Amino acid sequence: MKRDLSIETKSLRRLFKGIPGKGDVVALDQVDLEVYDDEIFGLLGPNGAGKTTLIKILCTLLLPTEGQALIKGLDVVKRASQIRRIINLVSGGETPGYGILSVKENLWFFSQLYGLPRDFAKDRIAKLVDQLELQDYLNTRMSKLSTGYKQRLNLARGFVNDPAILFLDEPTLGLDVLSARHLRTLVKDWIRTGGKTVLLTTHYMAEADQLCDRVGIINRGKILACDTPQRLKTKVTGGATWKIEITPNLSELESVKSIPGVVGLSTTDNIETGVTTLKLVLEEESVMSDLLSKIRENGSKVLNMGKSEPTLEDVYISLVGTGME
Amino acid sequence: MLPKATPREELLINLRAAYARMWVRLRGSNREITGLVAEIGLPILTIGAYVILYRAIGLPPTAGAAVIIGGAMIAFWTNVLWNMSSQWFWERESGNLEMYLVAPVSRMSVLLGMAMGGSVNTSIRALGIVLLGIFVFQVPFQLADPLSIGLVFVLTLVALYTMGMLFASIFMLYGREAWNTANLLQEPVYFLSGAYFPRIYAPVVPFALQAAGSLIPMTIGLDAIRRLAINGEGIATVWPHILALIACTLILFPLARRALNYMESLGKKEGRLTLRWQ
Repeated sequence: MKRDLSIETKSLRRLFKGIPGKGDVVALDQVDLEVYDDEIFGLLGPNGAGKTTLIKILCTLLLPTEGQALIKGLDVVKRASQIRRIINLVSGGETPGYGILSVKENLWFFSQLYGLPRDFAKDRIAKLVDQLELQDYLNTRMSKLSTGYKQRLNLARGFVNDPAILFLDEPTLGLDVLSARHLRTLVKDWIRTGGKTVLLTTHYMAEADQLCDRVGIINRGKILACDTPQRLKTKVTGGATWKIEITPNLSELESVKSIPGVVGLSTTDNIETGVTTLKLVLEEESVMSDLLSKIRENGSKVLNMGKSEPTLEDVYISLVGTGME
Repeated sequence: MLPKATPREELLINLRAAYARMWVRLRGSNREITGLVAEIGLPILTIGAYVILYRAIGLPPTAGAAVIIGGAMIAFWTNVLWNMSSQWFWERESGNLEMYLVAPVSRMSVLLGMAMGGSVNTSIRALGIVLLGIFVFQVPFQLADPLSIGLVFVLTLVALYTMGMLFASIFMLYGREAWNTANLLQEPVYFLSGAYFPRIYAPVVPFALQAAGSLIPMTIGLDAIRRLAINGEGIATVWPHILALIACTLILFPLARRALNYMESLGKKEGRLTLRWQ
């Protein structure tokens, strides 16, 4: 069955003025993307990859330099006011609203920006307050809320007009583990109500893996891969993913990366133990002997090693060449 | 395909947004009583200094009355500069501009709400200044035609806040520049409008500067209100003022709208709408 498109971009390109003499910065480069109804679509990429630029164009906050972006078949440049009725945007780390107003007052204010009638707005707010567990803070000024509760209020704002398409730009940024899990559950429940779409950008691989129906990996303005998390993982299992613990850390990381057959490498340091974990995606397992020699040449000792099940992080490493760090 | 909103739906949503923005301003500004006390009390100190000075140099008590009206009107100019003109700048810094721009409302309705809230708020403060001024300094007023005073006052506010909407639109993309320009416009207007210098204004200030001062609706309205409330003149003598205030509004409103559209579109093109501290 053919599904309806919620979001579509065609050869989308966006340039920003760079430092004088250095030329323009390409934030998005020929991006073709299709996101369907009833889908949670995740965009994964490092800082500066173009995720927020793409979201801003889709939310009518930024004009594309070339190409086209469509929301429910409507051009974001020509039909912006029509599109704004059915979308909303929640940016992590942002806390829109007025600090001197209470949670309830802020939510009422947000609802009026979407023209919700009084009683309807009241019911919607009550429901959101319940879902986001804000009951105890209804009459608390926004300025007195903790970061986590401010973010919950921000999320409630995003849901206040019950948008058909919700853009979540790093929504769990700064949230504790429980709040982040709560948010993911909320988004999943909301999408089940039908006729909804979520476009989510995140740094957290596990979040994308758990939440998204499909994931796009973006780097330097280009979409490198786009599929379900499961299929993306299957694509890299043609090679091998390894986890190696060493100590001390490699003095010349680049020398390892340059070994033929090493597709990608990311490192995580444990400062307390002095152990460094290397996550490697290899073209084939025969590369391993060269790799171990190089580690020894670097003066490092292998403490532990083993093959690992591919994760989205491995997919990311194999496509981008490095980890998200 | 998405249905288009009907003109009635558009109007309703924008009226709701304007009302809500007005409500935010009223609620926010009056929640902390210390602000209200300071905004009425501090101008009285400035006004008092001038009233005492004018008494000391032998000017008639009407000079004091003129200063009290001037001080009350200055409150509106300060409000227009700092709470209207620079408002988009503040909204951007606090992350609210993005929220407004994603919402399906006209930005003009948001500005209208700010203007309505600002004018009601400042009217309360201005009334406090006038009443306290009269009580403390015992200055004479001749309210022969209160309706005309009310009319001129409302027309002055409409023209003044429309000017604020124009400034807000122009300053939408600017940060420090907006701040500096607001600073630059504050003190010279205090002087050019003759708010505190009613008797020495005409002979001392050159005609060109007086003309420049008259470009600000507050100067026109201030002169008309003084004629009506202090000299006891009737509406017949302030017709030119009334026409000038209406003309100001009719010119400034479409300019504000065009400036807002232009700045928003420029911001989207250059990617500066949601950038901070630029």
